[in-house]
Amino acid sequence: MSGDTLTAVETGAGDRRPKQESFWTRESVVHGFKQAVLKLNPKDLMHNPVMFAVEVGAALTTIDTLRYLVDGNATSLAFVGQITIWLWLTVLFATFAEAMAEGRGAAHAEFLRQSRTETVARKVMPDGSIQDIPATDLQKGDVVVVSAGEVIPGDGEVKEGIAAVDESAITGESAPVIRESGGDRSAVTGGTKVISDELRIEITAGRGESFLDKMIDLIESAKRYKTPNEIALALLLAGLTLIFLVVTVTLEPMSVYAKSPVGITVLIALLVALAPTTIGGLLSAIGISGMNRLFERNVLALSGRAVEAAGDANVIMLDKTGTLTIGNRQATEFIPTSGISERDLAEAAQLSSLADETPEGRSIVVLAKERYGLREVDLPENEVEFVPFSAETRMSGVNYKGREIRKGAVDSVCSWTGCQTDTALGLAIDRIARSGGTPLLVSEGRRILGAIHLKDVVKEGIHEKLNALREAGIKTVMITGDNPVTAEAIAKEVGVDDFLSEATPEKKMDYVRQMKAEGYMVAMVGDGTNDAPALANADVAVAMNTGTMAAREAGNMIDLDSNPTKLIEIVEVGKQILITRGALTTFSVTNDIAKYFAIIPAMFVSLYIAGHKAVSLGALNIMRLTSPQTAILSAIIFNALIIPVLIPLALKGVKYRPSSAAVLLRRNLFVYGLGGLIVPFVGIKLIDMVVTALHLVSTTVH
Amino acid sequence: MTWQGVLQIFVLMGIAAILARVVGGYMFLVLAREGDVRSARSAGGTGQAMRTPLLDTWIGAIKSVLDRVIEPIEHGIYRVCGIDPDQEMRWTTYAFALLAVNLIGFAVLFILLGLQQWLPLNPAHMPKIPFWVSLNTAISFTTNTNWQAYAGEATLSYLSQAWLVVQQFLSPVTGICLFLAVARGFSRHSTKTLGNFWRDFVRTLLWVAVPGAIIGTIVLIALGSPQNLHAYTHVTTIQGVHQTIAQGPVASMTSIMQLGNNGGGFFNMNAGQPFAGPNMASLLFQLILGFAVPSGCIYLFGRMVADIRQAWAIFAAMAVLFVAGALLIYAFEAAGNPIINALHLAGHSNWVGKESRFGIGSSSLFENSTTTISWGSTAAANDSLTPLAGLVLLFNMKTGEVIFGSWGAGMIGMLAYAVLAVFLAGLMVGRTPEYLGKKIESFEVKMSVLAMVVPSFVILILAAISVVIGPGLAGIYNPGPHGLSEVLYAFSSGVGNNGSAFGGLNAASPWYAATVGIAMLLGRYAMYIPLIALGGSLAAKQRIPASAGTFPTHTPLFVGLLIGTVVIVGALVFFPALALGPIAEQVAMHAGRLF
Repeated sequence: MSGDTLTAVETGAGDRRPKQESFWTRESVVHGFKQAVLKLNPKDLMHNPVMFAVEVGAALTTIDTLRYLVDGNATSLAFVGQITIWLWLTVLFATFAEAMAEGRGAAHAEFLRQSRTETVARKVMPDGSIQDIPATDLQKGDVVVVSAGEVIPGDGEVKEGIAAVDESAITGESAPVIRESGGDRSAVTGGTKVISDELRIEITAGRGESFLDKMIDLIESAKRYKTPNEIALALLLAGLTLIFLVVTVTLEPMSVYAKSPVGITVLIALLVALAPTTIGGLLSAIGISGMNRLFERNVLALSGRAVEAAGDANVIMLDKTGTLTIGNRQATEFIPTSGISERDLAEAAQLSSLADETPEGRSIVVLAKERYGLREVDLPENEVEFVPFSAETRMSGVNYKGREIRKGAVDSVCSWTGCQTDTALGLAIDRIARSGGTPLLVSEGRRILGAIHLKDVVKEGIHEKLNALREAGIKTVMITGDNPVTAEAIAKEVGVDDFLSEATPEKKMDYVRQMKAEGYMVAMVGDGTNDAPALANADVAVAMNTGTMAAREAGNMIDLDSNPTKLIEIVEVGKQILITRGALTTFSVTNDIAKYFAIIPAMFVSLYIAGHKAVSLGALNIMRLTSPQTAILSAIIFNALIIPVLIPLALKGVKYRPSSAAVLLRRNLFVYGLGGLIVPFVGIKLIDMVVTALHLVSTTVH
Repeated sequence: MTWQGVLQIFVLMGIAAILARVVGGYMFLVLAREGDVRSARSAGGTGQAMRTPLLDTWIGAIKSVLDRVIEPIEHGIYRVCGIDPDQEMRWTTYAFALLAVNLIGFAVLFILLGLQQWLPLNPAHMPKIPFWVSLNTAISFTTNTNWQAYAGEATLSYLSQAWLVVQQFLSPVTGICLFLAVARGFSRHSTKTLGNFWRDFVRTLLWVAVPGAIIGTIVLIALGSPQNLHAYTHVTTIQGVHQTIAQGPVASMTSIMQLGNNGGGFFNMNAGQPFAGPNMASLLFQLILGFAVPSGCIYLFGRMVADIRQAWAIFAAMAVLFVAGALLIYAFEAAGNPIINALHLAGHSNWVGKESRFGIGSSSLFENSTTTISWGSTAAANDSLTPLAGLVLLFNMKTGEVIFGSWGAGMIGMLAYAVLAVFLAGLMVGRTPEYLGKKIESFEVKMSVLAMVVPSFVILILAAISVVIGPGLAGIYNPGPHGLSEVLYAFSSGVGNNGSAFGGLNAASPWYAATVGIAMLLGRYAMYIPLIALGGSLAAKQRIPASAGTFPTHTPLFVGLLIGTVVIVGALVFFPALALGPIAEQVAMHAGRLF
């Protein structure tokens, strides 16, 4: 599948991924800060009800501050003023998180845009002449000529020619790929560069709809399209905010009844402390950074929905060749017939393969060398006659010093020699075939020497990956053109849950449909036009960048490295986004317990005053915070500071290792649920000690 | 606290588990049709082994005996009313039919109450009932609340009383219909319909409510409650005081009031009255009646989704909340009031407002039950409980009556919490949250949040208004934190469709009659109609096959998560109000100040 790229998939495309830059370069922080301030505009903030509520609250306490400024009440001014500052900082931290997440994608978009605007296209006019026009003026259906050293002006299909193309602008991949007319390698992407020869390209995407345009659009607008889970979560957060609004608003009359009226600043402080500001502030950053993380893996998701669907996928369809097994079969075993030593067979096999440049042939030479130390000998030219593979005999071999050595498929060698195999060898041949391998026979003269076992070699580490996926409840399906017997044997060896043998486009599509009808979410990779119907039906459809236009249009993600194993990484990123959201939501909600214990006792120091008697809720001050003012201020400071503290987590995502839902739940509930319960108790207490030491606000209890 | 007192709490939960199995198994046979049950294959085939075929055979035998008597009646009703019980309804039609039935019941009751002075069967010449009280009462007996803003024997004619009994059958049956609609959302898939309301209604009434009430009546008579139509007995006591002993069809009234989680008692004293609760055995039997159907709904749900483990997980969450509540009340009551204890009058327990025959332990258990299974039937004076014991009762109702709850309503309330719990924590397993194979998406979240905010908004907003405006303050007999508890209790009881009263509040005043009426209406319809919509949306969804990647909802971890969600939501929403009410009162009590 990946054989048609010039990049060797086996070496691991991950190594060439652009290095993750640190989040906190001076430049990015300054830029992020500027954006953050601009994002304070209430009109922009409306899309985030939680932070909008905080901003409105901050505005109200600002008014309160001004009132005390006029009054000249220094104690109250210090308290209300500082609360106001921290409320504004809470909003600012949230917009800063979003700006930082966006900033990481923006630079990439800028680079892409440059390559688009500067391109000049050489358009072939109807009369055959060539005219230079700006790339942005190209229409769908136009034909352009691109020569070595020129940039391809838009997405299209190669009509004529073959050329090496440098696609590093979009893939980050420096090795060039071959593009030619017809077949599965005819699609080219605007913005990439022809480095040899010349191509005639028919433009398939009009202005604004090319791949590059989509990409720029996607990177820049990531925050505008909310995914289904994000919408649901935002709804829940809005609901919680509304509840806490009612809680605080109704507390005012109740406090009047309790003869301990609470001021507006304290009420707003309570509301902000209770509202899920942590997740509310980081929600969009999590989504944007998730897209960016895919981008760093050179995967372009055409919608956020697709990324989320990747997390939900519970059936993954993987191609056998190139994904599960390395591209070619390899010799693994020599099985001599009776009376022949294994070493003799190996030597004969090696001799017969010396001129065989196919990977299978090379693997026989290598195996003989590894097993028996048989060095490749330089046979004197005049004494040796190589017999190349021919369609007629379906064998290859060598004539050397009067020895006629041949190797080939079982039936061809059989008919050549007259099929004098002994029972043991016959059984061995059967065994090889049943195990999913290919038996080759080696003969000398009319005598069969033995068999060579060629087998699919499972990629290193793939077994563990599939096991991990199984533990995470994801069913893996191997797609192969092999017959069912071979397919089953390989499926067993690789460790997939199911396989689809003798796969045709219809069969693949039917399989996808059937799985979906049973309620599964299907993820698959495809490159050829024949994959397009199945891709169009799959929930997560990753098209290879080297694939045909049809495949790319049917997909909802494009892998710029064209590495089919990456589907597994995509699924992991999808899950990571969801986990990060869930973890921070849980953390945010459980935080409220500690905040209540800080603020409520501070609010109600003397209730139901009758004469000199009053009821104090000071007993609830289990953190032993210094005074009501330090308590409330500390809770608000904690609430604000936790956002920047968690920005790295939001941008990088919660650590994810594939495991069962039960294990994940237990671990994350422990870390973020229990952690969310305990951390604020410690944090607020520490902040209170600092606030007290610095005498930032009044430390008197009454 | 005595070990017997603690033990009986656990015994009651054991009984509830048995009731769940038996009554739930019976309801499954009566109410679930083929399309209502998930195919075992898709549910992973688990839970099958949990069934006891012998028990089901017996239940089936009982049902087939009843079938012979009841089926002709059922078909007669369908024929007379022109109902096609096989016609499937969308959630909107289902909800509309449900509302229509309730509206008719409400209208009849409201008219009967409003015009009772001119209507027959009023030998005592009961006068006109004030408008607000009749409105409040009509709402109360339609919404399965049975909040009584009136003194029954001094207010109502026999005709009015008779229709109240009818409503005590109809309103819980409506609750089962609510439940079935939501449960089908989980058990069905890829369909737009939720069953036929009329069939659910008629069958629940004929097979569950009526036989249950009859059995209950017989047993209660056997246990000593009077069942007669005699005139009140006039006696002269040993002390020479003249006394009127009220009696009548006590057993039958008590039976449906407890079975249907109604609580509209025959006597003002409710179950504490010696005829309504003549002994511990009778009290225990009444608890059994009360727990029968709410527990049964849990098991029924498990059968419908073909995974009993899911049902027991929910049962476990409810049971833990119940036991914790009962133990807390018992502990607070046993510890008593330090101020009174200091007087060395009657040991170190809070005996104020207790029926001395039942004692601290049983009273604590009964009061915890009354607020969890939405009875409103009391055997002690809640107003006299220690502040924190009162807080537990408040918590039971404020969270939406989801700890067992009333017929059907408690279970679907808990399912809404489960949906929220799954959504909150479910993201943490890296998949779109799903519950029982159904994806929880924005519509489901919206409906669950809506159902969840109703009790909070209604209680907080109405209580906040009541404690600052004149008419509200005028109705509070105990100003201070205790008064706030009384107000919170009234609205919690209303919105939770519980009907129990804390006391100490002028419930008949126009302000409280009207506002508690609003609370009851919103607590029933604003809370549960969104859940029918939730059922409709879930039924339309495809079912996702379970795998190792599926969020497990039958494990102790999930039970803990569900409990945590109920407690945290309840605590977060009500902590400030409770801090000013019962918590402040408790603090004051220990500081030597009472309210």
